[in-house]
Amino acid sequence: MTLKVLFFGITRDLVGANETIMNLQKNTTVADFKKALKKSYPVLEKLNSYAIAVNEVYAQDLLELNSTDIIAIIPPVSGG
Amino acid sequence: MRTSVELTSNQLDLQECYRFVEDPICGGISVFVGTVRNDTQGKEVRQLDFSSYKPMAIKEMQKIADAALVKYDIYKIAIHHAEGLLKVSEVPVIIAVSSKHRKAAILACEFAIDTLKEKVPIWKKEYFSDGEVWVNAHP
Repeated sequence: MTLKVLFFGITRDLVGANETIMNLQKNTTVADFKKALKKSYPVLEKLNSYAIAVNEVYAQDLLELNSTDIIAIIPPVSGG
Repeated sequence: MRTSVELTSNQLDLQECYRFVEDPICGGISVFVGTVRNDTQGKEVRQLDFSSYKPMAIKEMQKIADAALVKYDIYKIAIHHAEGLLKVSEVPVIIAVSSKHRKAAILACEFAIDTLKEKVPIWKKEYFSDGEVWVNAHP
């Protein structure tokens, strides 16, 4: 399945894009996705941490992804 | 409606937040106004650029407002945040809370700004005379 992945904050600068499309196997979990993301974008290892949101909600590692999901890479936030 | 949540590229309006929460049944209103500071660790800040994952940021701000209503004995809460370029002394965030008795409003106000800073997907980039830095990112 192909999923849309959105980048925000510093990850936009690191990756050099606002969004991308990633090919993932069925039944991929958020944890699997993070590994695939690292492979595609080793530059993200420069960050100490980032969160993943699926369909605009923070996602846990065990969540399984569906083909219609929109994933977002959420680097440490700094609003306020 | 007991909550008002906004993420806007317009200038925030303190009076609007105040008017939203004020009510004759309330004995107090607590307000937090965030302002752009002119320095970070001794370096002069020229401006800040706030960006967001807007639909998720609005949802997370709404969750905070809803949680504050459950957690504290408050009447109304407004959480407004600005996006885009802000100069020194301009206002990126306003939180206003009204309650029958003061303590609940004060505590809810602190809860709301602390949780916003921890959870809401908004990012600021600081612009100095010699470059720019994403705040908190630790690249």
